[in-house]
Amino acid sequence: MDWTFTLETFISLVAAIPLTLQLAATSILLGAFLALGLALLRLSGVRVLDWFARFYVFVFRGTPLLVQIFLIYYGLSQFPAVRHTMLWPILREPYWCAVIALTLNTAAYASEIIRGGLVSVSHGQIEAARACGMPRFMVFRRIVLPLAIRQALPGYGNEMISMVKATSLASIITLMEVTGVAAKIISETYRAIEVFIVAGVIYLTINFLLTRLVHVVEYMLSPHLRAPRLRTPVQGESK
Amino acid sequence: MNAQVPATTPMALDVKDLHKSFGNVEVLKGISLRAREGEVVSILGSSGSGKSTLLRCINLLEVPDSGDVTVGDETIRMQRTRDGKSRPADQAQVERIRSQLGMVFQSFNLWSHKTILENVIEAPIHVQKRPRKECVEEAEALLAKVGIAEKRDHYPSHLSGGQQQRAAIARALAMRPKVMLFDEPTSALDPELVGEVLRVMRGLAEEGRTMLVVTHEMGFARDVSSRVVFLHKGLVEEDGRPEHVFVNSKSERFKQFIKG
Repeated sequence: MDWTFTLETFISLVAAIPLTLQLAATSILLGAFLALGLALLRLSGVRVLDWFARFYVFVFRGTPLLVQIFLIYYGLSQFPAVRHTMLWPILREPYWCAVIALTLNTAAYASEIIRGGLVSVSHGQIEAARACGMPRFMVFRRIVLPLAIRQALPGYGNEMISMVKATSLASIITLMEVTGVAAKIISETYRAIEVFIVAGVIYLTINFLLTRLVHVVEYMLSPHLRAPRLRTPVQGESK
Repeated sequence: MNAQVPATTPMALDVKDLHKSFGNVEVLKGISLRAREGEVVSILGSSGSGKSTLLRCINLLEVPDSGDVTVGDETIRMQRTRDGKSRPADQAQVERIRSQLGMVFQSFNLWSHKTILENVIEAPIHVQKRPRKECVEEAEALLAKVGIAEKRDHYPSHLSGGQQQRAAIARALAMRPKVMLFDEPTSALDPELVGEVLRVMRGLAEEGRTMLVVTHEMGFARDVSSRVVFLHKGLVEEDGRPEHVFVNSKSERFKQFIKG
């Protein structure tokens, strides 16, 4: 092992971490909203919407992310019509193509996780909210969604980890995130072992911190699942 | 002991000719029921007689197929859809009327992610839009009244069944309801916890609350209620003051029922 080279590689790859994080964070965030929408379509009780969401999940879960990235980056630009729309300034950027592909992909998986969370909310608690005179949307916002999020969070943590790793595929369409930079260094030096070990350690560290973060959020959101611990009452405290 | 009110007292709740079927099973076959302000009406009946369905039709957790529900002087407006189904004409009206009916469930149904205090102030703040400070003060008074003031910052899962049900009663009271609806409030409780909930309900009856209580507690029905209504197969089989019906009911079925 050449430590000087390894250290240099490490410094180069660390510089690429922001792009990796940006790709992951953007697509996880956008994907979460899309996923919630899809989950609500699944549960809407309207057959057309339900089947649309089912089909969406079927397609995006059933095809490789790499194929999806290729189709969006190389595929869409084949159509002159696309090149003349307002979307072209976005679709010609590899960064946005990667974000779109990652978002569409994670939304498919996450919608199933969120749907599971929504379904798990006990009927009685929803009924109690309706019986108080809450309008439908308020019941959803104040009762159903908070309970569903608590239920879905552990599964969602897995999905977030998958997404961090999936950003490495963006290197295929020229993005210089951690894997992209690693591949470039290898093509210049032919020293695959050191470079990929360093890249692997970086992903491992990111995901370690991510799992800790999810765990902390989980802990904060679920005092009702722990043994009671008396605390000094804070006047008017609530969310 | 029993809360009797003069015949001139205004009606708090008026249910007329309620029908409800689930599929081919007709659960309510035309039930009428009135409660004057301050009356405590116990609804008895064997399982499957339609007691709970009746209560749930009153605040439209179940939509009745036909019939009228009037709370105070406001009748819930219904309409028919094209396929002949009944549904409320004005959802906002339903929500307003629900907020005037405090419902207590058999299985408590407290919101598990909120503390007891948060459970109690939730609807007053968000549905009735009352100031938080006022709601918290009132909630604390209500929790003290049902005897769990010190549990305000606990979560429902940390409480016994009896404590949870008392918290649920406080939550319903916090809406300052015109009528309290109790759906078998003690049926999910261990026998030794039944008493503490019944004591709270007795206290509410004594302070003149209008209450509709679906129950299997004969003692409560006999001693506390101003009227007892006995349902059988979706119809009112007996309706009268407890000292009458428990002593000289003409209904064979009711006699059978109270014998156990």
